[in-house]
Amino acid sequence: MSDSASVQGLKQTALHDLHVEQGAKMVEFAGYAMPVQYPLGVKKEHEHTRAKAGLFDVSHMGQLTLRGENVQAALETLVPTDIVDLPVGMQRYGLFTSDAGGILDDLMIVNGGDHLYVVVNAACKDQDIAHLRVGLPTEIEIEVLNDRALLALQGPLAHAVMQRLAPEVCELTFMHHARVSIEGIECWASRSGYTGEDGFEISVPNADVERFARLLLAEDEVELIGLGARDSLRLEAGLCLYGHDLDTTTTPVEGSLIWALGKVRRHGGEREGGFPGADVILTQVANKDHARKRVGLVAEGRAPVREGAELFDGEGNLIGVVTSGSFGPTYGKPVAMGYVVVAHSALETQLFADVRGRRLPMTVTKMPFVEQRYYRG
Amino acid sequence: MSNIPATLKYTESHEWVQDNGDGTVTIGITDHAQEALGDVVFVELPEVGRELALEEEFGVIESVKAASDLYAPLAGEVIAVNESLEDAPESVNESPYDDAWILKMKVADSTDLEKLLDADAYTLLVESEA
Repeated sequence: MSDSASVQGLKQTALHDLHVEQGAKMVEFAGYAMPVQYPLGVKKEHEHTRAKAGLFDVSHMGQLTLRGENVQAALETLVPTDIVDLPVGMQRYGLFTSDAGGILDDLMIVNGGDHLYVVVNAACKDQDIAHLRVGLPTEIEIEVLNDRALLALQGPLAHAVMQRLAPEVCELTFMHHARVSIEGIECWASRSGYTGEDGFEISVPNADVERFARLLLAEDEVELIGLGARDSLRLEAGLCLYGHDLDTTTTPVEGSLIWALGKVRRHGGEREGGFPGADVILTQVANKDHARKRVGLVAEGRAPVREGAELFDGEGNLIGVVTSGSFGPTYGKPVAMGYVVVAHSALETQLFADVRGRRLPMTVTKMPFVEQRYYRG
Repeated sequence: MSNIPATLKYTESHEWVQDNGDGTVTIGITDHAQEALGDVVFVELPEVGRELALEEEFGVIESVKAASDLYAPLAGEVIAVNESLEDAPESVNESPYDDAWILKMKVADSTDLEKLLDADAYTLLVESEA
């Protein structure tokens, strides 16, 4: 067992010193030194987030603004999302697609009025920025916000904490966004997150983020939560981790993300197609002829079924693979997601996962595993 | 600093071995190992009667975040496994040297016991990894 991954020579977020001071175990993630857990431990951090409020540093993610004439229509040439109709002050989940219909990254897009504010995955951000520079017209100005940190406050008591610090933020409903000043700090707050819980994602200038984080940590309900619990929380919520559950070989249809394709961008829609891989993706939507599909899986017993475990049918035929898997602390059983051939993707189908040479029964199960508790007003 | 009882022997892969004085030993994982693993959610146990070779992989401990293989500190036959770990894997975190013993084995060659690390040597190993 090696428990101290080298974190030398890695990029650091503006909260690095705070993580170290708080006893975080730092590991490499997407080129950054990131806290995988604090002294509380992954399981208790997970449970704390489901019960109270967890504070996550997600500053490694890429934050960008896009500005210019018709920026919404311009971005639609790279994503199958409906952005032209995205109201000011609202956020939407999107995907960068490839010409082959695969997924290059997933992202969040906010309509900030005179600009779009975009958040992309840390591991993909350099490639995403290059993709935007090539794909958008030259008159669209792309600004990479290296001077801003990103925090997420997640859990059923997140709103109670924000009520004390910035009551106006609590008026936002799920996927709404606003710029507010909190204790003199210029914050961009969204009612969103990646745990399945109610909560907020807040972009803060690097210079102010430590003071802001300490303000939150001074509240009784708040504990720092590491990447370990972030992973088990998002898995229970049925949310994909790019590079694991989604990649360039996966189409949005295979990834069970048809909901993320704007209706107006599909066949018969007002702005049908017009994004990379549209022919492949829209044909799959229409004909349902995709070979495999992302599903949720639950194992009996206690052995976690991890990423990479192969899946078999009752006759021993290889029919799929697990892409994320862990023990779900809230669900109380091993949970996973993976890809299986469509014929074996119906709910309640029994499959077998190969774990160290043994075949463990798993059942195709509806996701999310743990009910989402977003605040919709 | 983790707890390293002076009465036990240790391996470089962080198992502890208790010499029961009758040709059998009891085996578990150390306090340092459970701390590094984090919250244990599953322990895969070998079958009683299985013959293990020295350093043979005999099971797995899984935490929320990772899986870690278990290796036989000595050659011998498994004579008992701690079935309570199936329902209470968290006892590995709470009581690594007592409640969470993993297996008992009949040692093939008791002189092998002398090749294991003593508490001082294991303490040095743990410090060198910190």
